[in-house]
Amino acid sequence: MAEVEPVDEPILKVERIHSLIGKHHVLQGVSFQVDPGKVTVLLGRNGAGKSTTLRTIMGLLSPSQGTIRFKEQAIHHMKPYEISRLGIGFVPEDRGIFNLLTVEENFRVAMHQENGKTRERMETVFHIFPDLKKFWKATAGNLSGGQKQMLAIARPLVNRNELLLIDEPSKGLAPIIIDHLIDSINKLKEFTVVILVEQNFYMASSLGSDFYLFDDGRTVHHGQMEELVQNEELKKKYLGISG
Amino acid sequence: MDSPWKKWFPTLMVFAIFLSPLLLISPKTYITLTISGLAMGMLLFLVASGFSLIFGLLSVLNLAHGALFTWGAYIGFTSFGLINQWTGWGGSESIFLNITIFLLALLTAGLLVALLGVITERLVIRPVYGSHLFQIFITVGAMIVLEELVRIVWGPNDEVMPVPISFMGSYDLFDVVVSKYPLIAIAMGLIIYFVILMILRKTKLGTIVRAGVENPEMVQVMGHNIYRYFTGVFAVGSALAAIGGGMWATFVKSIHPAMGGEVIIFALIVAIIGGLGSITGSVVGALLVGLSYNYVAYLVPKAALGITMLLLVVILSIRPTGLFSEGT
Ligand SMILES: Nc1ncnc2c1ncn2[C@@H]1O[C@H](COP(=O)(O)OP(=O)(O)OP(=O)(O)O)[C@@H](O)[C@H]1O
Ligand SMILES: [Mg+2]
Repeated sequence: MAEVEPVDEPILKVERIHSLIGKHHVLQGVSFQVDPGKVTVLLGRNGAGKSTTLRTIMGLLSPSQGTIRFKEQAIHHMKPYEISRLGIGFVPEDRGIFNLLTVEENFRVAMHQENGKTRERMETVFHIFPDLKKFWKATAGNLSGGQKQMLAIARPLVNRNELLLIDEPSKGLAPIIIDHLIDSINKLKEFTVVILVEQNFYMASSLGSDFYLFDDGRTVHHGQMEELVQNEELKKKYLGISG
Repeated sequence: MDSPWKKWFPTLMVFAIFLSPLLLISPKTYITLTISGLAMGMLLFLVASGFSLIFGLLSVLNLAHGALFTWGAYIGFTSFGLINQWTGWGGSESIFLNITIFLLALLTAGLLVALLGVITERLVIRPVYGSHLFQIFITVGAMIVLEELVRIVWGPNDEVMPVPISFMGSYDLFDVVVSKYPLIAIAMGLIIYFVILMILRKTKLGTIVRAGVENPEMVQVMGHNIYRYFTGVFAVGSALAAIGGGMWATFVKSIHPAMGGEVIIFALIVAIIGGLGSITGSVVGALLVGLSYNYVAYLVPKAALGITMLLLVVILSIRPTGLFSEGT
């Protein structure tokens, strides 16, 4: 398939993981890999197991079977704070904003350390999300939905992260804000590999290079984003999108 | 939530309670009562703030907190006695040496009880994180055990708490009698309040703790081992209980094994009035309780405990989560 492309090791490799929430067997064999320099999109209907997969990668759930490797290192038995320090950032579905803290303090909590490099990265963050500079001293709880989402995505960028997991950034946002968000994510993918969970097909197809389809706690299909855009049957079957 | 009335409610409440007794009491007596009310408030603040912080961050109801207060008082008692034997600083004419021995005794109590608190957390509370019902059972159990241990180590009887010479007696300011120790207690309480507040507001450590109150999972995902912070908060909360115990004992000049159980009721009320998890709430709640208790105890002695309960009921009916919100 890829004779001419250089064969990079995948940055993340998830193999046949199973996860339980309480007694519910939510993930029943999820496998995928994420290659450097790409945005990998995870798609699937509500309840297909996309968020659970991201939470399992972050160590918030430990898989009962299967392996997760980040740059060859097995991480599926590690604690969330250890996984974070390896260089994986997470933007959860509910955004995880500290509403009582200021925007500045939200960043402070996110920083693994504070030094010259961090300040440099902060400049990059302001460049991608200029609004955040304006609201630097504001209480995060008072920001608009779009601004909160920007903050949620920007926070992990203050660290030298190599992988960023973003869960449904478009949720509850107006179309114009979504366009703005697409721009921002396009800029930040220079700095980090992105895994994007997204229901909004417009956003998913504008950003994604590879896709994986989830159904009933399993990965059932994968390929390049362009193929999916063309494939009406797949879209209809797994995403309920027609036309 | 954001109407000006709601915002200023706590402040108005404090002023109303603060000033209303002037209608019934002569100004001189009023000043004396106010100072002892403020002192009692500041001492309650020390106990309540530890309880409240532990609840706010860890969501743990630690009813053994009162026993840690008792341990603090006894360790303060013993270390004061020992240091005084070696140095005689407690009986010295020098205010500086008096303060030094007092602070050393409190420091010893704080450090040892912090350790005791952490051991209690590891042994007793770790298995019941997440369940308030079990926490109530198991920490009441721990309270009984810790109290019995006090009886075993120090005996069941009351002891007289030694007080440094220059802390005794009173000043006479324009004919108003002002006891010395309450002033010291108020100053100590204020200093400790501002130190905690600055740590919570200005340091990275404090910022992480406040973030953890709101969303512990997110703090973990950002690379911080929240359990270490939990243990740290437990240690600080326990140390505050101990310092409160030592200072309370100096206030009432005696200690006995059940003293913690009596004070913890007040501390609970203070923490709930102020809003669990709020350090500023603990100060305001403690001052409200301390002042109203002292005014009413002077006017209608039998109603003193009742007024505290009434305060609780009134405030909760207006603001069910207390005066201040978590993390403030
Ligand atoms: N706390 C929970 N207890 C029990 N079941 C849960 C819990 N959380 C999630 N589930 C179940 O796990 C399955 C997968 O959920 P998940 O949130 O991963 O789906 P998703 O693909 O992210 O869906 P959505 O697009 O709606 O966000 C769902 O069937 C859901 O009902
Ligand atoms: Mg989801």
